[in-house]
Amino acid sequence: MVPVLVFAAISLVTLGGAIAVVTNKNILHSAYFLVLAFVGVASVYVLLEAPFIAVIQVLIYIGAIAILIIFAIMLTRRLMSKDMEERNQQWIWAALGALLLFGVLGWLVYNANWPVIEAAVPKEPITLMGEELLSTYVVPFEIASVLLLAALVGSILIGREKDQESRSAE
Amino acid sequence: MSIPLSWFLVLAAALFSIGLYGVLSRRNAIGILMGIELMLNAVNINLVAFWRYIDPVKMTGQIFALFVFTVAAAEVAVGLALVIAIYRNRDTVVVEEIDLLKE
Repeated sequence: MVPVLVFAAISLVTLGGAIAVVTNKNILHSAYFLVLAFVGVASVYVLLEAPFIAVIQVLIYIGAIAILIIFAIMLTRRLMSKDMEERNQQWIWAALGALLLFGVLGWLVYNANWPVIEAAVPKEPITLMGEELLSTYVVPFEIASVLLLAALVGSILIGREKDQESRSAE
Repeated sequence: MSIPLSWFLVLAAALFSIGLYGVLSRRNAIGILMGIELMLNAVNINLVAFWRYIDPVKMTGQIFALFVFTVAAAEVAVGLALVIAIYRNRDTVVVEEIDLLKE
């Protein structure tokens, strides 16, 4: 009974935060609700007995991505004033499409036959994960590091202020 | 475990649909990025739930979740750099006004 209540509370926080993210008129408040939704998702990982993923969620999503988004909003904020319409004209179709997708996914989840097994979590999951990362998954692991490097270089290149000469030439 | 797997999957499906609505309905480019982040989180819930309920002995699900984290971090860094570059050049973050290819 207790896990069910905990799951209900976590789902409420996560989905409530997510709905506030997509419907809030003030984009900065949306970003704050995004943090709430991320906390909810981190709690879901704890409930799934994956504490390492929960910690990574807090570190990367809340500590880096949400803060980066808040920074970007504050740098570009002046334009989205309060009286400006936040959603476009096709929002009703977007809502219908999202509801339809949820219906289809829910139907699939309900009707699929999942091969669930009852097994305990490994005793030292982080050690096991490290071993698998450096044996079975070593190629994707290395590619991920290349991807991060490319993203680092690319975002500096794109976001960098142009020097004076090239700007006056435009 | 008293919570069935399908509950987590339905939660992730709801989160994904909400994120999709955000992507399709927002006018602010940063709002669209936030919707994408919600969708990636929903995918990660699915991966970790499948790991816990279907194959908890191997760590495959959690490792895939880690790769999704990596891709999400790279995506948001490049995305926000693009938004700021466009803001600097065109003075707007409203996606309907960013129609360079249409002109």
